[in-house]
Amino acid sequence: MSTRLSTLASRWDTGVVVRASNTWSRTSGRGRAIVYTLALLFFLLVVPSGPIATFMAPGSDWRTILFFPIGMFVLLALGLNVVVGYAGLLDLGFVAFFAIGAYTMGILGHDHHWNFWQVLPVGVALAMGAGVLLGSPTLRLRGDYLAIVTLGFGEIVRVTANNLDDFTGGPRGVSSIPHPPSIDSVKIGDSRPFHYGVLDARPYYYLIVIVIVIVIVAAKRLERSRVGRSWAAIREDEDAAELMGVPTLKFKLWAFAIGAAIAGAGGVFYAGQASAISPPNFSFEVSVMILAAVVLGGSGNIPGVILGAFLVAWLPERFRGFTQYRFLIFGALLVVLMIYRPQGLLPSRRRRAELVEGGGGGMGRMGGDVGSAEQRREVDE
Amino acid sequence: MSGFTSQFWASTIDGLTVGSIYALVALGYTLVYGVLQLINFAHSEIFMIGTFAVLGFFGILGLNAPATGFVLVLVILGALIVGAVASGGTALALQFIAYRPLRRRGASRLAALITAIGASLFLREIIGITQGTQRVTVKTRVLEKTQLFTIGSAQVRADKVLVIVAAVVMMILLDRFVNGTRLGRGIRATSQDAESATLMGVNIDRVVSTTFLVGGAMAGVAAALYLIFYENTSYDVGFVLGIKAFTAAVLGGIGNLRGALIGGVAIGLIENYGSSFTFTGAQWRDVIVFGILVLVLLFRPTGLLRETGGSVRA
Repeated sequence: MSTRLSTLASRWDTGVVVRASNTWSRTSGRGRAIVYTLALLFFLLVVPSGPIATFMAPGSDWRTILFFPIGMFVLLALGLNVVVGYAGLLDLGFVAFFAIGAYTMGILGHDHHWNFWQVLPVGVALAMGAGVLLGSPTLRLRGDYLAIVTLGFGEIVRVTANNLDDFTGGPRGVSSIPHPPSIDSVKIGDSRPFHYGVLDARPYYYLIVIVIVIVIVAAKRLERSRVGRSWAAIREDEDAAELMGVPTLKFKLWAFAIGAAIAGAGGVFYAGQASAISPPNFSFEVSVMILAAVVLGGSGNIPGVILGAFLVAWLPERFRGFTQYRFLIFGALLVVLMIYRPQGLLPSRRRRAELVEGGGGGMGRMGGDVGSAEQRREVDE
Repeated sequence: MSGFTSQFWASTIDGLTVGSIYALVALGYTLVYGVLQLINFAHSEIFMIGTFAVLGFFGILGLNAPATGFVLVLVILGALIVGAVASGGTALALQFIAYRPLRRRGASRLAALITAIGASLFLREIIGITQGTQRVTVKTRVLEKTQLFTIGSAQVRADKVLVIVAAVVMMILLDRFVNGTRLGRGIRATSQDAESATLMGVNIDRVVSTTFLVGGAMAGVAAALYLIFYENTSYDVGFVLGIKAFTAAVLGGIGNLRGALIGGVAIGLIENYGSSFTFTGAQWRDVIVFGILVLVLLFRPTGLLRETGGSVRA
């Protein structure tokens, strides 16, 4: 069973994926630009269209699903990918930053009548600030401690939102949050792509596609910059990176802050569309789903992460009857995946090498350097 | 302030009771971390399964009234054993199905932690689907909650005494096991230096399995006591309790058995004192604990009793 699965996986990697990535690396700049434009047009025009909607979501409103959960999960997964995939820091409380963005939009928009676009930078800045505030003391910790502290932080934010009745509305949350201001003068045919109402969710979808594109471009550029190389060094061996003169704490903080900022932006957009938020929207399960998306798709690789987020968000919507089993399936999937394919469905080459060798992910190996008796026997023979 | 002084003794008793349960669960985290450097995220779910097993046991017994005398002793012993077997068995199964293949491949600790999260979700949802997501209560009280004596202004009930006494007995047994037996020596050796331990002939596979079994059994005993004390459980009962128990393990110094005991009691006392202040109240209880976790990790990341370089030192 296991050998068959791994041969299948390796055939997939050496066959389809490698061939595709080889072709892609030979493609010229202009060729790539054409592909990017076509892809963007595909996502803006074809994806939300009728025939696709009936196939992808027969039981519910496809355009709404496209914004939330699919688009939102892709955005959040891209943010968490910076933290987990690039810098190798395990964050189990990522939903906290999403919640901070959403509550900023809720409180400023509803209580103080701020415009959506005025709130956006504030929400992003607050989430980023929270990331730095949480990160500056805790990022000195070892990887698994960091995971628990972030988990605790996520719960603190949710419980605080639940308890501060006067400020956050307590368990009832915030409602009648304003939508982004519409620009109705722009019309294409009889559709109004900038009309942010209740009925048609497409304008929100367009908005989130644009945000996702901006995040992808930024993430790609960061990955290839000095910052990205430092992240890779930290992920692979933090002590060695520090010895080589990489200011590890500073770059880990940057990863945390950038991830938080993306989640904060996601929160503002979410609140702007949903118009009502309450603490259960920001439970630990959301953090787990986003993490599952990143790990399932292939952490560190943007197409992989997008694929993972899409699957995690879409499958439960498509197969509504299984909603009850969704966490059960995710749980089992995570366990099986870590045994047979720890690098995810579409891994980056570098990441694949790290995880197959073991010891990658910035936390060292399990149980020190000693495997089981059986493993040693294999080595001996 | 007034709430704190008037409730001081009551908070102390409650804190010791809850703290004993935290300490028993914390032992599982500490043991596994000592041997594998793995935060067994699914440990909270192992505890939860224990509570459901004991609930089922009480259901099968079908008591009509609280038990007394010799029957009571048998029922309590039975509950402790059922809990320990269910939780220990689950922990052992988890080690064989999920963690062992990873260890064989020399997988990264990140992969192991994600596996633990996956296993935790899986176990929680299995119970959620089969037993429902509503809180379930014990139908007939098992132990009459009679008031035994008073300390200061606090009334000490029989169930609280049982929890504290049973926890102390389990700690002593564990201490004897880790310090007095061959396998216990193997556990200590592995947590100090796994490689040298193997070279000295310690069977790592057996040590790891034993560690999971013992840690799980402790959680199972905690589960039985929890059910006798609170008389209800739910599929997500482990989540917050697990984090608190882990906090207790970290507070005491992870890998250190006595540290887990002190940490558990400290967390129990702090959250009860903390929520007795009138300006905080019970709804901030969990925030207090998480806040402490962050503070401990900031100022004394090795815990109160010092993390012993990953060693299980009792």
